[in-house]
Amino acid sequence: MSSLTIRNLRKSFGSVEVLKGINIEARTGEFIALVGPSGCGKSTLLAMIAGLESVTSGEIRIGDRLVNSVAPKDRDIAMVFQSYALYPTMTVRENITFGMESRGVPKPQRDEAVKRVAALLQIEPLLARKPGQLSGGQRQRVAMGRALVRDPKLFLFDEPLSNLDAKLRVDMRTEIKKLHHRVGKTTVYVTHDQVEAMTLASRIAVMHQGEVQQFDEPQTVYDRPANMFVAGFMGSPAMNFIPATLTTDAEGRPAVSLKVGDGAVLALAEGAVPGTTGRDVILGVRPEHIFRYSPELKASKKSLATVEAPVEMVEPTGAETIGLMRFGDLEVTGRFDPDEAPRMGETITLGIDMSHACLFDPTTRKLL
Amino acid sequence: MADAALARVHDREAAAAFRRHYLSRLAIYGLLSIFAIIYLVPLLVVVFNSFRDQAEIAQNGLIAFPRSFAFHAWADAWSSYCIGGTCEGMKRNFMNSLWMAIPATILSTLLGALNGYVLSKWRFKGSEVLFTLMLLGVFMPGQIALMPWAFILGKLGLTNSTYGLILVHVIQGISFTTLFCRNYYVSIPDDLIKAARIDGAGLWRIFRRIILPLSPPILIVTVIWQFTGIWNEYLFGVVFTSGREQPITAALVALTASGTNVRNYDVMSAAVLIGALPPLLVYFFGGKYFVRGLTQGAIK
Amino acid sequence: MSTIDADAGRISGADNPRPTWRERLVRISPILILAPSLAASFIYVFVFTIWTLYISLSNSSLLPSYGFVGLDNYASLWSNRRWNIAYSNLFLFSAFYIVGAMAIGLALAILIDQKVRGEAIWRTIFLYPLAVSFIVTGTVWSWLYNPTDGIQMLVRGLGWTDFNFALASDRNTAIYAIIITGIWQSSGFAMALFLAGLRSVDPDLVKAAQIDGASTFRTYRRVILPVIAPIFLAVAVVQIQFAIKTFDLVAALTRGGPGISTTFPAIYVYDLMFQRGQIGEGAAAAIMMLAALAVVLVPYSFFIVWRHRRESRHG
Repeated sequence: MSSLTIRNLRKSFGSVEVLKGINIEARTGEFIALVGPSGCGKSTLLAMIAGLESVTSGEIRIGDRLVNSVAPKDRDIAMVFQSYALYPTMTVRENITFGMESRGVPKPQRDEAVKRVAALLQIEPLLARKPGQLSGGQRQRVAMGRALVRDPKLFLFDEPLSNLDAKLRVDMRTEIKKLHHRVGKTTVYVTHDQVEAMTLASRIAVMHQGEVQQFDEPQTVYDRPANMFVAGFMGSPAMNFIPATLTTDAEGRPAVSLKVGDGAVLALAEGAVPGTTGRDVILGVRPEHIFRYSPELKASKKSLATVEAPVEMVEPTGAETIGLMRFGDLEVTGRFDPDEAPRMGETITLGIDMSHACLFDPTTRKLL
Repeated sequence: MADAALARVHDREAAAAFRRHYLSRLAIYGLLSIFAIIYLVPLLVVVFNSFRDQAEIAQNGLIAFPRSFAFHAWADAWSSYCIGGTCEGMKRNFMNSLWMAIPATILSTLLGALNGYVLSKWRFKGSEVLFTLMLLGVFMPGQIALMPWAFILGKLGLTNSTYGLILVHVIQGISFTTLFCRNYYVSIPDDLIKAARIDGAGLWRIFRRIILPLSPPILIVTVIWQFTGIWNEYLFGVVFTSGREQPITAALVALTASGTNVRNYDVMSAAVLIGALPPLLVYFFGGKYFVRGLTQGAIK
Repeated sequence: MSTIDADAGRISGADNPRPTWRERLVRISPILILAPSLAASFIYVFVFTIWTLYISLSNSSLLPSYGFVGLDNYASLWSNRRWNIAYSNLFLFSAFYIVGAMAIGLALAILIDQKVRGEAIWRTIFLYPLAVSFIVTGTVWSWLYNPTDGIQMLVRGLGWTDFNFALASDRNTAIYAIIITGIWQSSGFAMALFLAGLRSVDPDLVKAAQIDGASTFRTYRRVILPVIAPIFLAVAVVQIQFAIKTFDLVAALTRGGPGISTTFPAIYVYDLMFQRGQIGEGAAAAIMMLAALAVVLVPYSFFIVWRHRRESRHG
């Protein structure tokens, strides 16, 4: 059963169309991440699910109910805002119970609910404080408490972690994931951080220019990106795109011949032959699939292609070293084990794991 | 040797720098003091004279340290001095001003807060245009409104009445209070309103439970500005009321004009102070908010 | 879009064809709240203006009457010597008053900005005249200008027996008495705005200028004051408004005299309407005041909108 169904949803502000026919379906208990660069329409979509923006056309269903024109308070949802939106003049306790107060829930019941949520989030000692007296992480917890206390059908998160510093963000991310496991409610989570989307979601909707580019499980989105936008957006450093032509190598296997540098020919992995010889393609290779070539590597990888390139820049990060290699007009990024890191100025022989390579159509930019 | 010489040079430079610093400080405080005297003298003159004896004022002039000390000028000015035939002092006019300024301030502030709330948090198609329309009222010169008001107040039977002035000031004040409150409420994050709507609160509950508790700073600013503005207003007061019904500003002008031959500076000083006291008190106790209102009103 | 879509999420549309009266009430309540104020403002701004405009085109004298006489009142107004004095006074007053109050206000703001002790006390002293009415200010200053009791007497009493200071009682100089009092009253206002401006300047900018070796004077002239240039304009516009509306100060200080030498447009309007029973011409003068305000404020508001657009375009 699905608890959220969005069908052909459109939204225009005047003549500007910000959502161009969105289709998303969330199964009960699922954690959906809406991810994309700023301005892609993800926050507008969330506001429409919440009922804070009107629907231009299309359908939003929560459970079986069409909610297009149902007031936010009647949609049985709860929302956590990027700014937390805690009521500054109310105590934490009042913040959490304000929704029940507005709905006329009797006091004993409210107290019971606060107790439950405060225990769940470990914010009991904070209940009498005002939001101004809380740290960023504590505010975040209270904001979640306000959402959790309601036991709604649907949780909505609008970039809830983006106001926290880097370390706290990672901690809270873990916590949100644990919480979701425990509570098991359907959740829609908006973020521009692809790592957050990958770690939290059961399925990711990658959005760009008002359209869903791909809606699938995280690993699929990462390994088999539907198009070059998704491929470039998910993963950091970003996937390398190298123009190439389909051909066959010396042993007659299907291969690509790079259109940059010295036109190296890389054999493709078995079964990945998306067309006839001579067709132009874009070869997509993630930085972590580029290695320093060695015979042992050759032995461990099924389809390894080799190519030589000068090293232009080396950026050690500790756990790994990022190397920038020159391929003609292009710079190609690789992630290396520090032990095998390239040196600046060196001409390195690279081994590329072609079993993870993606091929895109240069005109439609879609995965082949 | 060389080091010692160098140190001497440094000492000399340091001393010069110190002297320069000292002189510039002296100049700064000197200038500020001169200005302060210019600003304070008129106030001191009135305060002193309200306690001096009229005979002494006549002899030594207005600007002099008091050599006599008396309270009777205050009592006269308050309750028995004669203005144009009636000898009731400023008491009645003072109360008129109070009964005009307090309700007009409260009403216009309340309306301004509601309007500002709707215009910033419940915008609808055309609400920006309506806001601009209301803004125009801030710039209207009172002279344009004189004839229409005279007619309307006459029709309503509110000529020569404090109620009439309340009406005039409330309507004139709405644009101002709306502008103040709206600009303040715009800075309250919209997310709060969204969260409250999801929590099931409607327009009124959001106003009562979220907006109003956040409003004291702007309400204080608005009340201070409306109160001092209405208290100090003269044109409408002198045009729409007369005699016993006049607010204190109009009465003060009548008082100082009616001093036919002998000018009783002692009583007039006390009267002027009675007229200036309420806004001055508001200013001294709410100075911070006064300045805030000033900068907000002018920059926007 | 920071606007809350007020129509969003209300029960309406195809699936709920007939909203209940309660839902309808909820939907229109923002407009209901605004309605009384809007109606009042509309009447106040538009109806009153058109009304007065109409009176100015009528043959109203002691009482309003509505016989149409075209621009007669305006012709008579502009041929009136007293009106000529009134608006030339306004120009003279505006120029000195704005420049004087801004210069003193800026000087005070810069002095106070030098990390002086007791800043709050200085500020309070310079700003208190603004809290007091023009009536009080004008009355007290009229005493100070009074040659037999005020400043002249004080100085003569100190021994300078032929000292002459009778600004307000000389028809050639009375306007300067008003200018001085006006500056005294509102330079504190300019100071407060300039001080707020100086405080809003990024301190790093000042540090950078110091490291570049700029003197205090040069830092102000080349770095700080250009940054707060918009405040100069804002102060000037507010003060021009004050000047055009000037009424109370003159009424209390000189009552337009000696003779008619300190007549101002606002004084003129009042006199014609309520002292001389020439309502039509008084209304014409009031319309001229409105026109003067519009000449200042319309371009200014366009400029503000333009600047706002430009800033939002540049992020």
